[in-house]
Amino acid sequence: MRPYLLLICPVLLFLGASYLLPFLGIVQLSFTDPDPGFAQYGHVLSDPLSLGVIGRTLRLCLIVTVVSVTSAYVITLLWVRGSPLVRMITELCIMIPFWISILSRAFGWLSMLSNRGLLNTWLQDLGLIDSAIQMTRNEFAVVVGMSHYLIPFAVFPLATAMRNVDERVLTAADGMGASRLRIFWQVYLPMTASGIMGATLLVFVFSIGFYVTPALLGGGQSVLVAELIYLWIFQIPQWGMAAAMSVVLMIAVGGILYLLIRRYEDVTP
Amino acid sequence: MTRLRPGVIATLLSSLVALFLLMPLIAVVPVSFTSRRYLSLPNGDWSWRHYQLLFENPEWGHSLMTSVQVGVLASVLSVALATAFCVGIWLLRPPFAMLMTGFVLLPMVAPPVVSSLTLFFFLTQLSQWNSLIAYDTLGGVVLAHMVMVVPYAVVVLMVSLSQVDRRMDLAAQSMGANLFTRIFGVILPNIRFGMLGALFLCFLLSWDEIGVTLFVTSVETITLPRRMWMGLRDNVDPAIASISVLLILVVTLVILARAAHLWRKVRGPS
Repeated sequence: MRPYLLLICPVLLFLGASYLLPFLGIVQLSFTDPDPGFAQYGHVLSDPLSLGVIGRTLRLCLIVTVVSVTSAYVITLLWVRGSPLVRMITELCIMIPFWISILSRAFGWLSMLSNRGLLNTWLQDLGLIDSAIQMTRNEFAVVVGMSHYLIPFAVFPLATAMRNVDERVLTAADGMGASRLRIFWQVYLPMTASGIMGATLLVFVFSIGFYVTPALLGGGQSVLVAELIYLWIFQIPQWGMAAAMSVVLMIAVGGILYLLIRRYEDVTP
Repeated sequence: MTRLRPGVIATLLSSLVALFLLMPLIAVVPVSFTSRRYLSLPNGDWSWRHYQLLFENPEWGHSLMTSVQVGVLASVLSVALATAFCVGIWLLRPPFAMLMTGFVLLPMVAPPVVSSLTLFFFLTQLSQWNSLIAYDTLGGVVLAHMVMVVPYAVVVLMVSLSQVDRRMDLAAQSMGANLFTRIFGVILPNIRFGMLGALFLCFLLSWDEIGVTLFVTSVETITLPRRMWMGLRDNVDPAIASISVLLILVVTLVILARAAHLWRKVRGPS
């Protein structure tokens, strides 16, 4: 028994000391700094600034989730059901962005959307617009950048669900004369619903704690929860508020993950 | 009966999504050749100056070294810890194994900003006691990255170990092998590819890590992503375009090479 414990314990001690204990420290901070009790939570959930940020985060994350999962569904369809060559090309289109650093991808969108970027230059050269359209430093850019980052993550659960679809059911529907559209709406979509649910929860969880992309593409104009926490630590030090917001975020994400695991257990008995 | 292939509409929509996914990666290329100091397209005057700058400015080389050091240390230490943990769980099959694994996976599922705040809090506390593993030091960044990548190593190794045949270990045991021989002579050789995969994944994750690094460094220890961040945050520096083009090129070449290899295998020798 002893030697085995010697193997198992180091990582538990390591994470216990450098992750669990400091996290408990943050929980403690949220109840004590500067006022003891629930004052910080009251502030976080009633202050117009932070309520505004929470509202914007929820709204943008919902939009991002819908955009990402819809786009991912379309491209996964091709990845799973296309001819071998199409499958190969689609896989490259998914995997290359997936492995590229989040900073390069955010910079790519800046190159694309900024006032002297590709899109504005093209539109001006074509004579469609007179002066540059502001496409960065706003919520539009944040949604575009975050969706771009999260589409590959939505692809994986969708691909699993699509690969599990029984081909014979589709053949049967086809044989009984259902149109392609009808096969998709009444057979394929319901059969991949578990994948859609999984992808939706996964993307939403990921998006809600996002910091880098919104900070770069939003340019300080559309602050999300994660950036607010950063500001409360480094710009206007209010550690108690940052701690309380972190705890709220952790609870929200924990709740969604619980749902995700419950769903997973339902699907695989 | 042939499979139902995606129709015209699905193919068209997918192409749009594919275009959306690749567009920003392509947009970086012309920007990196601009002759100006701000983000713009080259107007007939293509220039290599931002690439030159990468090699001339010692700060970039310095950050590259920092990133490599952090990546190597964090991945080796994480995989060592994760291997010990996974082998221990596999051998002992203790009660609460699920709970322990869940705990180890926590940094992977928690929102990155919460992990960042936690590690910032921890390292600033440590700074009062020592200067080796502290806020804005190499040791501190390595520790923070280890916390973030250990869960991934555990996942990869758990999958790898689940494919090892327990009867091999039983055979070794019945022939009198002690624990040391069982681990180093039987189990580890059987999961060597899993360990290599875990090392590679951990290095890549540490190499790209920015969320936590932003919170635990300021001016002394600057990894490559951290330096890119500095060039992106205030006024956008086209040098970021040139380094991005280089990074995108490397990733694309590796993935294309792998794809070509797989494609040949699927097609068979021709």
